[in-house]
Parts: sequence; C-alpha cells; structure tokens
Amino acid sequence: MATVSVKDLVLNFGAVKVLRDLNLNIPTGEFLVLLGASGSGKSTLLNCIAGLLDVTDGQIFIDDKNVTWSEPKDRGIGMVFQSYALYPQMTVKGNLSFGLKNAKLPKAEIEKRIERAASVLQIEPLLDRKPSALSGGQRQRVAIGRALVRDVDVFLFDEPLSNLDAKLRADLRVEIKRLHQRLKNTMIYVTHDQVEAMTLADRIAVMSQGIILQLDTPNVIYNRPANKYVAGFIGSPEMNFLDGSLSGAKADIFETDDKKIKLSGYTFSEQNRSSAQSAILGVRPEQVAVNDHAEAMPVTESVEVELVEPMGADTLVWSTFAKQPFRFRMEGTAIVSPGDKVKIGFDPAKASLFDTDTELRL
Amino acid sequence: MADTILNPVAEARGPRPKKAFSRANIFIYGTLLLVSVYYLLPLYVMIVTSFKGMPEIRLGNVFGPPLEPTFQPWVKAWAEACTGINCDGLSRGFSNSVKILIPSVTLSILIASVNGYALANWKFKGSETFFTILIIGAFIPYQTMLYPIVIMLREIKLMGSIWGLVLVHTVFGMPILTLLFRNYFTSIPDELFKAARVDGAGFWGIYFKIMLPMSLPIIVVAIILQVTGIWNDFLFGVIYTKPDTYPMTVQLNNIVNSVQGVKEYNVNMAATLLTGLVPLVIYFISGKLFVRGIAAGAVKG
Ligand SMILES: Nc1ncnc2c1ncn2[C@@H]1O[C@H](COP(=O)(O)OP(=O)(O)O)[C@@H](O)[C@H]1O
Ligand SMILES: [Mg+2]
Repeated sequence: MATVSVKDLVLNFGAVKVLRDLNLNIPTGEFLVLLGASGSGKSTLLNCIAGLLDVTDGQIFIDDKNVTWSEPKDRGIGMVFQSYALYPQMTVKGNLSFGLKNAKLPKAEIEKRIERAASVLQIEPLLDRKPSALSGGQRQRVAIGRALVRDVDVFLFDEPLSNLDAKLRADLRVEIKRLHQRLKNTMIYVTHDQVEAMTLADRIAVMSQGIILQLDTPNVIYNRPANKYVAGFIGSPEMNFLDGSLSGAKADIFETDDKKIKLSGYTFSEQNRSSAQSAILGVRPEQVAVNDHAEAMPVTESVEVELVEPMGADTLVWSTFAKQPFRFRMEGTAIVSPGDKVKIGFDPAKASLFDTDTELRL
Repeated sequence: MADTILNPVAEARGPRPKKAFSRANIFIYGTLLLVSVYYLLPLYVMIVTSFKGMPEIRLGNVFGPPLEPTFQPWVKAWAEACTGINCDGLSRGFSNSVKILIPSVTLSILIASVNGYALANWKFKGSETFFTILIIGAFIPYQTMLYPIVIMLREIKLMGSIWGLVLVHTVFGMPILTLLFRNYFTSIPDELFKAARVDGAGFWGIYFKIMLPMSLPIIVVAIILQVTGIWNDFLFGVIYTKPDTYPMTVQLNNIVNSVQGVKEYNVNMAATLLTGLVPLVIYFISGKLFVRGIAAGAVKG
C-alpha cells in the first residue's frame, strides 16, 4: 500500500504553463478523482505521477520515496488509458503478460497472476483472443487486468470509461468501485464526468487551468463549493447564480434587485466580509422547493414558468427570480406549462455565497 | 450523423437513371483509351521486336508480329552481349544490381525506421530541428553533392566498390524514408507507447515488440520505393562504380549505346525489358499493399 504526494509540481510545454505549483497528498488506499474540464491538466498531472512526462520543477513521492526521476516501471504503478491501449498484435494473454515478462518474472508466477486477474475481471474465456475481437467493455477490462497483474500499490486511470456507451459505463463504474473495495489500493482517477467523480471518489480534486481549486469529499464539494467555478461545474443542471450585494451591520443580508434575503443559518467561511460589498448567491435547482413545500422556506416567491424541460424522473423549469434567470426542479409528474404561476422557496442556509471579484466562497 | 453526410442520396427514390453512353462517359473513356494506347504501343513494339531476328527487323515492319519467333536476342542480351572488355551480357549487371539492392534496401529501411520511431516517440531537445534539417536535405540538388561524395568515398577507400554505392543509396534514402516512418509512428496512438513504458519496455523493446509488428504496411511502401528507386538509379551507379561493378542500368546503357558494329535492335529491346522486369514484378505483386500503406502514412503529420 502506498501514499502519493506531489510537491510544488510545475510542468511547462515550452511557454505554455500546464501545471502551476501543484500540491497534492493522497493517503494510502484513497480513491482520489481528478475532475475538471477538458484541457485543465488532469492527464498531464497523471502522466507526471506515472513518470511519462519529465516535470519542469517540483517533486513526486510514492510511499515516501522520491520518484521524480524514476522510470515508470520502477514506480509501483499500473495505468489504464481512455483508448484502452491494448497491444493489437498480441492476444489478451500476451497483453497481460507483457509487463511481467519485461520484469523477468518466473513463468509459473506469470501464469498465476494472469489466472487471478482474469478471474477477478471475468475475462477467462477471452484470453486467447486478439483485442480486435473484443467489445469496448471487454477491452477496458483487459486494460484494467494489465494494471492488476502488475500487483502494484497505485492505480492510475485516465478517463477509462469515456469511450464506452452509457450502459457499459455505469456497469464498469460499479466494477471499478468494487475492485477498489476489494484491493484497497490507492487509486487516482481522471475524469471530466461529475457523476463518475461523485460516485467513485473518497475525495475529489477539482482542477482548472493547471491548479487544484478544491480538494475535498464529494459531499463538501457539492454542498460547500470553495468558489464559483466549482459550484458551477458540479451539479446538473447548473447552480443558479444571483448577482447582488451584502448589507446589514453583520453583512448577513443579501440584496438582489428589490429583494432582501436574510442569510440566517448560513455558515460563513469568510469573517472579513464587509457590508455593501458585491456578492453572488448560488442556489441549486434541486434545492428549490415548489408549491406546498415552498411555504415552509425562509425565502418564497411566486414566479412565472417560461420553459419546461421534462426529464422523466423530474422536470426542469426555467423562470425568472429577481429579474435574473432561475431554474428549479419539480416532480416528474407535475403538470406545468409556460405562463403558469408557481410558488417557489429556498433556504439560504443551504445556498452558497461568493465574492463577486475573487469568486471565492464567503 | 456521419451517415447522413456520407449518404445524401438516401432521400432520392426510384431507380438511378442509367446513362452508359452519355457524352461525358464517351469523352472520359475515349481519352483513357487513347492514353493507354499511347503508353502501351511502345511496350508492344519492344516485345515483338525482341522476338524477331535481325533480317526480319530490316524489313522495317515495326508493328508486325514476329514471323519466325526466336529467343536468341534474349539469350544474347542476358549472357553474350559485350560492354567494353566483358562479354557476359547483362547477367553481370544483374548480379551487381542485386548485390547493391539488397544491402541498400535493408540498411536504409532499418535505419530510417529507427529514426522515425525516435523522432515520433522519444522527442528529445532539438529533435524537431534535427528532423527539419533532414528534410531540407532532401531538397538539395544531387548535382551539388556528386563530387564531394567522390572525394569522401575515395578517402574511406570505397570508391568504385559496391559498398560505396550501398552507402550512397542508404544516405540518400534517409530523408524520405524517415519522414515516411515518422508520420506512420505519429499516427499510432500515443497511449499505446505509454502503456508499453509503464509495462517496463525500453527503447528497443517497444521498437521490436510493439512498433515493428504494427508497421508492415509502411515497410512494404518503403521497400517498393527503395527497390524501384535503387534499381532504376543510373547517375550514382555510373559515377561511383567501375565497369566490373556497374549496376544493370549502366550496363544496359552501354549495350544500347555501343557504337561498334550494327545496331541490334532486338538485343537492345530484350536487354531493356530484362532490366525493367524487377520493378515491374514488384509493382504487380504489391500494388494493393502499396496504396494501403501510403494511405496509412498520410493520416497524420
Ligand atoms: N504535448 C503537449 N504539448 C503542448 N501542450 C500540451 C501537450 N499536452 C497537453 N498540452 C496542453 O496542456 C493542457 C492540459 O492538457 P491535458 O493534461 O491533456 O488536459 P486534460 O487531460 O485535463 O483534458 C492543454 O491545454 C493542452 O493543450
Ligand atoms: Mg485528458
């Protein structure tokens, strides 16, 4: 079992700064998800940890050993790629044994490990096939098997499910989670899919433009996003953002348009806020109560329905609140149409407040 | 989505109008026919002439089939025709050409494939500059290099020998072959290379176990380019070898252009056909692979 830590990591491609002074500590056995939009530097970070890219500055430790300049094979890692990256001219068995043969393991040991990995991943019947004769899901299983047979302490996944269709993706996601529960090794998993991140992670690191914006449990990331970017990136449909300003002696009233919202019960992260500073209030569509449920909420309002998006289990309604676009969720069975009036309400204690300039949580 | 783009006809109904003899078709096929005749006629003349005896040729009926077919011109061209003091026909040139061809093709492809692999997958500081310089090398006119190479070969004592010419062919094949292999290896997904590195394979391990087994199409292209190019070479052959080591093309020229005695058209035709046989055979057996390989190499720059 192994810890992974990254200290002040810098990586430049020529003049392009891809990773900037990045720090990350991953305890033994943690499932860490690197989540971010495309181009945010997730794969670059993973490749640095794997030893596939030479870092510009900084250090990488695996199990307290400085591996910054070690070869990938000497780092005790296994890696799974988005495009599966199976060796096309070798059989499944050849793919699984390639690394072990390079490591000059005895034949019996190789056989034993392949057998074990094949049974864990249920790919025994496929061992003699070529990758071209496998389906996408089977290929990715084999790719996971290739990491598995290496018997390593750290698994690196680079968007392993992105090339699969929705159903397979959900199946394999559960399998990866099961695999982690069983093996309990450290896993670093790159994805741009927030559902994968929320469901798999012990902790999520949200990345943007080469830095980690927030590193915390899925629960905290969802409920107390550290800044506006994270708030908008996590959650679907996207959080509503209301522009306004703070007022009151304790700066605990949010004013937007002609509305004054008392932020009672809200846990402020920033004590140094001032009255009259401009701020943004973020309210998730799924935290808005409707009709009868709205009555009990501290903030209520009657709004007009502008657009309806039925999504089966629930319905997304577009409307306007305080002269700003505002979306909220209703039951899938609710019957509403544009022009209808609906009573909505929300609890500011569960909302998120951000500074307009720094976009940091207040 | 791609389907709808590729298949705009999906909307059209009913049988497709057939116009085998439309004006455009007649024009296209007419032109094609004319051009093929233009190219095939000389070949036809060569073949029939090579089977005629000299008396029949003097009658002057160029297009007529041989009245008394004879293999004698072919035998003479292969085994008896004289160039300078040697009177063993083209057979000597053929064996020289083979001795030049095999090591040149093997060496140039081996080196260029490693070059291309290194440039595509193991980028080092200045690798792009190195590649650019190599490519620029392909655009320098041969003429400017002819004499410097003479001096160089003399210094390393290879002037006039088959191995000197092998060296020249290997070096001159480098830019285009390296480009070919580099582009091919660049088109192989990077993640495959990364996976192999995580699996502990090194520079040569990845080259021999992962990359080479995937490169058959591009190797075929390289072989065709090199075999035809080196076999057809005349300039380097005439300059860097001597009569004993002349390749087939140079010897052919000496037979055809020999000024002594009567011009033996039938022998000349047979000699020319013999010399052209190797590239021809290569094209016929590998045409399909060639196209496939070129297409594969062109995917990504
Ligand atoms: N080899 C490279 N050369 C130059 N820029 C690169 C290279 N690889 C990645 N980048 C740039 O680095 C940034 C981060 O890339 P990447 O780590 O692949 O992002 P992600 O995996 O989060 O989508 C991108 O802006 C990308 O354009
Ligand atoms: Mg990526």
